[in-house]
Amino acid sequence: MEITIKIFRYDPEKDERGHYETYVVEGDENDRVLDVLELVKGKTDGSLAFRRSCAHGVCGSDAMRINGRNHLACKTLVRDVGANITVEPLLGLKVAKDLIVDMEPFFDNYKKMLPYMINDSPLPADGKERLQSPEQRARFDESTKCIMCAACTTACPSYWASDEYYGPAAIVAAHRFIFDSRDEGASQRLHILSETDGTARCHTAYNCTEACPRDIKITKAIGEVKMAMITGKLD
Amino acid sequence: MANVHQFDVVVVGGGGAGLMAGLYASKTAKTAVISKMYPTRSHTGAAQGGISAALGNYEEDKPEWHMYDTVKGSDYLGDQDAIEFMTNEAIDAVLELEHMGLPFDRTPEGRISQRPFGGHTNNETGKPVRRAAHAADRTGHMILQTLYQQCLKNKVNFFDEYQVLDFIIVNGKAAGVVAVQLSTGELHTIHAKAVIFATGGYGRIFEVTSNAYAYTGDGPAILFRHGIPLEDMEFFQFHPTGIYKLGILITEGARGEGAVLINDKGERFMPKYAPTVKDLASRDVVSRAVYTEIKEGRGIGGKNFVYLDIRPETVNKFAALDGRTNPDGSPVLITGDTVLLKIPDIVDFCRVYLGVDPVTQMMPIQPTAHYAMGGIPTNKFGEVVIDDKGTAFPGLFAAGECACVSVHGANRLGTNSLLDIVVFGKHAGLKAAEYSKTVEFEKLPEDAESASRSEFEALRTGPGKANVYDLSNEMKKVMFSEVGIYRNEKDMQSALEKVRQLKKQFKDITVSDTGKIFNTELLNAWELGNLLDIAEVVALSALNRKESRGGHSREDFPDRDDKNWLKHTLVWKKNDKLEIGYKPVVITKHQPKARVY
Repeated sequence: MEITIKIFRYDPEKDERGHYETYVVEGDENDRVLDVLELVKGKTDGSLAFRRSCAHGVCGSDAMRINGRNHLACKTLVRDVGANITVEPLLGLKVAKDLIVDMEPFFDNYKKMLPYMINDSPLPADGKERLQSPEQRARFDESTKCIMCAACTTACPSYWASDEYYGPAAIVAAHRFIFDSRDEGASQRLHILSETDGTARCHTAYNCTEACPRDIKITKAIGEVKMAMITGKLD
Repeated sequence: MANVHQFDVVVVGGGGAGLMAGLYASKTAKTAVISKMYPTRSHTGAAQGGISAALGNYEEDKPEWHMYDTVKGSDYLGDQDAIEFMTNEAIDAVLELEHMGLPFDRTPEGRISQRPFGGHTNNETGKPVRRAAHAADRTGHMILQTLYQQCLKNKVNFFDEYQVLDFIIVNGKAAGVVAVQLSTGELHTIHAKAVIFATGGYGRIFEVTSNAYAYTGDGPAILFRHGIPLEDMEFFQFHPTGIYKLGILITEGARGEGAVLINDKGERFMPKYAPTVKDLASRDVVSRAVYTEIKEGRGIGGKNFVYLDIRPETVNKFAALDGRTNPDGSPVLITGDTVLLKIPDIVDFCRVYLGVDPVTQMMPIQPTAHYAMGGIPTNKFGEVVIDDKGTAFPGLFAAGECACVSVHGANRLGTNSLLDIVVFGKHAGLKAAEYSKTVEFEKLPEDAESASRSEFEALRTGPGKANVYDLSNEMKKVMFSEVGIYRNEKDMQSALEKVRQLKKQFKDITVSDTGKIFNTELLNAWELGNLLDIAEVVALSALNRKESRGGHSREDFPDRDDKNWLKHTLVWKKNDKLEIGYKPVVITKHQPKARVY
């Protein structure tokens, strides 16, 4: 089948501003949008720039706007979006070239969440694992699925309005530890998130939940963090 | 050389092995990790089923059994001293990951949950044993995340989105690496006393593969061009269950949870090939079985695939027939929810890419190129050894899939790759840091970046007759069809000639993008050069080995030949010619015997 793909192009070394180029390629309805991009790059214009690696939705490299919504290009098939496709870089992060955005602010926000196990208590005397019941483990399972693709944060109107906001992905990272029964850093993280640029900026637009390619219920997770802040309880 | 950075240790690669190496080296030495992607994008994150250790959380298990299974899995080509070292370290390695915060699934008692996997057995009964510690079907993702988090906690220096281009040697010692910063196109020299390569695999030489685009063999190719040998490159693992056509991995954990393979006649065919462990035989055995079913006309609808069936009614039926029970002795009775709980990502992949729901439908699968057993020769401390006498190259280390210790021999057991990166990543990091204390920095050459600059220049100014996309596809097709699961002299000779032809055409490539910022076209072209170098060594090594062993199956030499071939292959590049040599296999406790599952 014939696929028409309109792609945002911006080369900072040549262009004053971004523009769109339209390409027509021969493909299949089962092709990933990533396959279509590869075809354009391979056959028509080698200078087209985008990130990609695993090509099956687990590395988080190729988040972009496809027909106006955030998706992973490798997890979106032509049959899902039709033969007329528009592809643009994520919003809210500076475009570096074509579909590549500057991810540094995104990772900086992640790092502010103290995204690592904090537990200074002695290890079990037998040297074995810290015990955790299946129920305790299930409590934070959702937020362990995050691949840091930035689809959620760059779909969030509060993030568009203020890039000081840590954003949904950072709060998911905090959630993953706050609700882990083995972690002892919840109060530090809740303190960080209670600041101006924390959860107060979430207005439950649900864009993040809709954008997540891992189906994490992000708005719910943020709500749980907010509730923990109010009640001081982590159950 | 405007951009020079100095570190005691530089690690190239931000996957599991690189992060573990960086974490351990940075405890005592000034360390940097450079990675061509953000580390969390590394291919470790795609590993699904588990990491093995004889924790015995459900039933009796021992490191000695883990060792024997690994030796047998390797078809007796793995070095037994290294294997014993790894399986002895396994328990502590997995517990350490838990202590770092890794969210393993749990047993009802709150311990780390474990599942059966191919080739993991109770050595007394021969029955499958639950050894694979797991976090749903995203164990690799959790390992990658946890190690990255620990590196942040311990303030490891990262150079994210820097592509390594060259290895600097001064006075016969490691002196650093050259890399290009992708966002600017600027070259950087990382001056170091010790260099650890942890660049992962090179499955992108094959058409159908579970491997990421990033798996282009950068580390092995760079070192090979500098005269370092590559070991056992003929051994490449084809995983039996890749999603039909796409090659995306469906974890062996699915069969661990009771899924079975079904042919066009509706038969469960594995008992014909592996009467004792059936669908949980070693990967090479299962891949050959799938291939044979297809070749003999029992692919589904005559096509190149069979079914993997994890529908609860199927799993429960065969569990009862096999006498398989839950850890508490109760009969296996899984439901659709069990499937969603145990392999959620697989369910997602099948729904997205195939429109198939594994709870109610069978999954079409075919073998997919998955894992390189061969690579940069190292000892168990990650030191790169450059001959048959164990001579170490001063200051050069390697770990993970790009290395060949060799613990996987001719065929890797499922879950041993995650164990490999954690154990040998750690020891490479420790040893490199220790080494860096004993030496001074070598003086850098006048222009360490000149070779990289010329390579780029050649790609930018070629006559433009060849195209990266077409050359790359040609190579992948040739390698998959002629150096694939079953091999023979005629096909491999043809593949070798074609790859050499493609290497000539590669010299005519032109990159159209003249920019510096994120010039991914230039990078992809450079990566293709690495893949072609590697493909040539794989084809040559395979053609040279006249026997069948593990992942190397020859139609013209169908049997294992211990008399002539119980030895590792080494290939060097000398004066632009490839030279083949050998080194002995280390055998300690287990003498080779027939391999039956």
